[in-house]
Amino acid sequence: MGSYILKRLVAAIPVLIGVSVLVFFIMAMIPGDPALAILGAYATPENVAKLNADLGLDKPLVQRYFIWLGNMLTGDFGRSYSQNKPVIDEVMGRFGNTLILAGVAFVLCSILGILAGVVSAARQYGLADKAITFTVLIGISIPSFFLGMILIILFALKLRMFPVSGMYLIYGGGGLADLANHLVLPASALAVVATGVIARLSRSAMLEVLRQDYIRTARAKGVGERRVIMGHALKAAMVSIIPVLGIQAGFVVSGAVYIEMVFDWPGIGQMLVNAISQRDLLLVQGGVVVVAACYVLFNIVVDVAQALLDPRIKT
Amino acid sequence: MTLFNWTRRAVLAAGAALALAPMAAQAQTPEGVLIVGQVAEPKSLDPAAVTAVNDFRILVNLYEGLTRYKPGTLEVAPGLAESWEVSDDGTEYTFKLREGVTFHDGTPFNAEAVKFNFDRMLNEDHPYHNTGPFPLAFFFSSVEETTAVDDLTVQFKLSAPYAPFLSNLAYPTGLMVSPAAVEAGGADFGRSPVGTGPFKFVEWRANEAVVIDKYEDYWGEPAGAQAVVFRPIEDSNTRVAEMIAGGIDMMVEVPPTALSQFEGDGFNVVEQAGPHVWFLILNAKEGPMADKKVRQAVNYAINKEAIVNDVLEGTAEVAAGPTPPAFAWAYNDELSPYPYDPEKAKELLAEAGAEGASLTFYVTEGGSGMLDPVAMGTAIQADLAAVGLDVSIETYEWNTFLGNVNPGLEGKADMAEMAWMTNDPDTLPYLALRTDAWPENGGFNSGYYSNPKVDELLESARTAIDQDERAALYKKMQAIVQEDAPWVFVANWKQNAVTSDRVENFTLEPSFLLQLEKVVKN
Repeated sequence: MGSYILKRLVAAIPVLIGVSVLVFFIMAMIPGDPALAILGAYATPENVAKLNADLGLDKPLVQRYFIWLGNMLTGDFGRSYSQNKPVIDEVMGRFGNTLILAGVAFVLCSILGILAGVVSAARQYGLADKAITFTVLIGISIPSFFLGMILIILFALKLRMFPVSGMYLIYGGGGLADLANHLVLPASALAVVATGVIARLSRSAMLEVLRQDYIRTARAKGVGERRVIMGHALKAAMVSIIPVLGIQAGFVVSGAVYIEMVFDWPGIGQMLVNAISQRDLLLVQGGVVVVAACYVLFNIVVDVAQALLDPRIKT
Repeated sequence: MTLFNWTRRAVLAAGAALALAPMAAQAQTPEGVLIVGQVAEPKSLDPAAVTAVNDFRILVNLYEGLTRYKPGTLEVAPGLAESWEVSDDGTEYTFKLREGVTFHDGTPFNAEAVKFNFDRMLNEDHPYHNTGPFPLAFFFSSVEETTAVDDLTVQFKLSAPYAPFLSNLAYPTGLMVSPAAVEAGGADFGRSPVGTGPFKFVEWRANEAVVIDKYEDYWGEPAGAQAVVFRPIEDSNTRVAEMIAGGIDMMVEVPPTALSQFEGDGFNVVEQAGPHVWFLILNAKEGPMADKKVRQAVNYAINKEAIVNDVLEGTAEVAAGPTPPAFAWAYNDELSPYPYDPEKAKELLAEAGAEGASLTFYVTEGGSGMLDPVAMGTAIQADLAAVGLDVSIETYEWNTFLGNVNPGLEGKADMAEMAWMTNDPDTLPYLALRTDAWPENGGFNSGYYSNPKVDELLESARTAIDQDERAALYKKMQAIVQEDAPWVFVANWKQNAVTSDRVENFTLEPSFLLQLEKVVKN
């Protein structure tokens, strides 16, 4: 198992280098440059040239790439000009906030999705199944940013149960209870679509397992229904559910971009959107590399978990 | 069956817990603390390093400049300088500084501090020039030397007479920072700012809030609020929702379509016209727009009233010429806007032989001061279609748009949207209407307008010291430019803000700077 993990980690290196090349050259190719973004209407060619030189953007592209890569390997991600602080501070702070939001949403959608799938499968074509299938269909069909707005109108403006936006109360806030209170709406909005997907796939995975001979054997032996489903069937179905969870984890992190905008959640999605429009090259590049590294790492974790659950997977 | 029974109970219990728990947490904003909903996270709180109005809104409460704008106007009044004298040739400005002013860190404000500020920005050999870049330093590019004559007297030598100097000093780029704090903070000074203003900096929680407190030892009238919290909320719908929910006490840049939400009790809507003009640059070098009659025709053909009232919901007024009325002293109020007259437009197009011409129109998706550019562009396209012009729109994201428009429209487009907010009547016409401001000379005259008379008027106005004399020159310039129609003059934006009724003494300034020293929060 140890060598399997190591192999996967080594294989991740070229992926990350590829990501760094892509994000660097894409950012270099899109029209408009940082000096234009900073100077706005005052961007005369002379001012632009001077500012570009100040920002070190007058060097050849390839040279700039290797300077950036070299610095990054020593842990120096450069300085964000739009935030006027080290890129890594901004990225880690923001990414931490995104992980809180996405993490809670992911736990929510995993538990609710699997639970709904199991109930649905156990009561195939029953009332519970139909109700769940219908709800899930609605959940999958609603764009999360729209759901976010609906939640704000309903629960923040009409019922006044939760705050509209932000992560903590702006004055005198802080603490876990305050954070949880601010998390309810954005995490729910973010979890809905993923819950739907997980529920659907869990249902079909469960149905497939429930048709197996050993389930019939277990029932014939007189094992209790609860144990048949939660013990025998779910455990076997988890092998096909976990990769779905892995994919959905990625989906939840990327879906956080919209939710962060709607709920003014100070996460990395919101940061990247702004950084791109302000052509804050180093911030975009650093942010993308960190997110990609995290994503790769997550995939490895999922694969390892799957290998642990299913002895048939060669390690 | 047991499996599902406990699930139902759990769901019920969880639902009830969710519904009850947060009820208590909905606190009102505290008394004496003003919470302002901003449009974005500030970039830096170093006034020499920033360019965005969003940052200026915080800065003007922390810092002061040698001059300031007289409340409610764009006229220059004494700030940290009590008085000044200008030499007869207009190249020497001598300021007498206010006595007994200290920065928030205790550093005395004196002539040496002023010299430090300008040298830092302008002199590449200055030890703290590396705390930049200073993108708007060219506001003071005519300054050749700053001299501390004595402790409270400072003198600027200019390379040539430059009348906008005094109003540039009132602009945020001219705000005075504490030399000791720059020396201590280096490049991070912008994250722990120190000025002389009515509020002092407390903390900046990244992406959450900037907090400033009343400065108890302020030399002037003490601030009305104990503290101000600036909170960035980028999505305008979310900002509106926070305002309705009471999470913030004040918001700026209310989207036109949301204004009706604040008509009822509990809110005050404040509006103020500012030095803003929204216009179309017309390509006077080539194609149909090279003919003055066609340029006038499009000015007649576009229904500006409909744009400001219907598209912008009354948040702007129709512009008459290149200079916004907010520059009251320099504005030619004898000019009235081109009336909406499609028949006249058709006549002029027929005279010019440009009926049915095809035009390319650059539209941006958004950008500083651009209001609602896509909807406005579409309305303009429809108006021009009504007089037989075939306009095709090309839409660009703001940055790309500037990269296309600033180098000039030649060979690319016949017209392009643009908007400017400036601090002196000199700035926009000088940078965007002179022959010497064509793009190849580093200016913003992207439509290649050229009229020697206008060039001459603008040069003279820049060197005239007397304000009345300058005003007369600007008024003449406006009349000529209106007649020549190098642009379609569309709108002057009224900045707006909403406050809750717990906020008192709040007004918006024509400078678009958010002065909060008098505001009281109950």
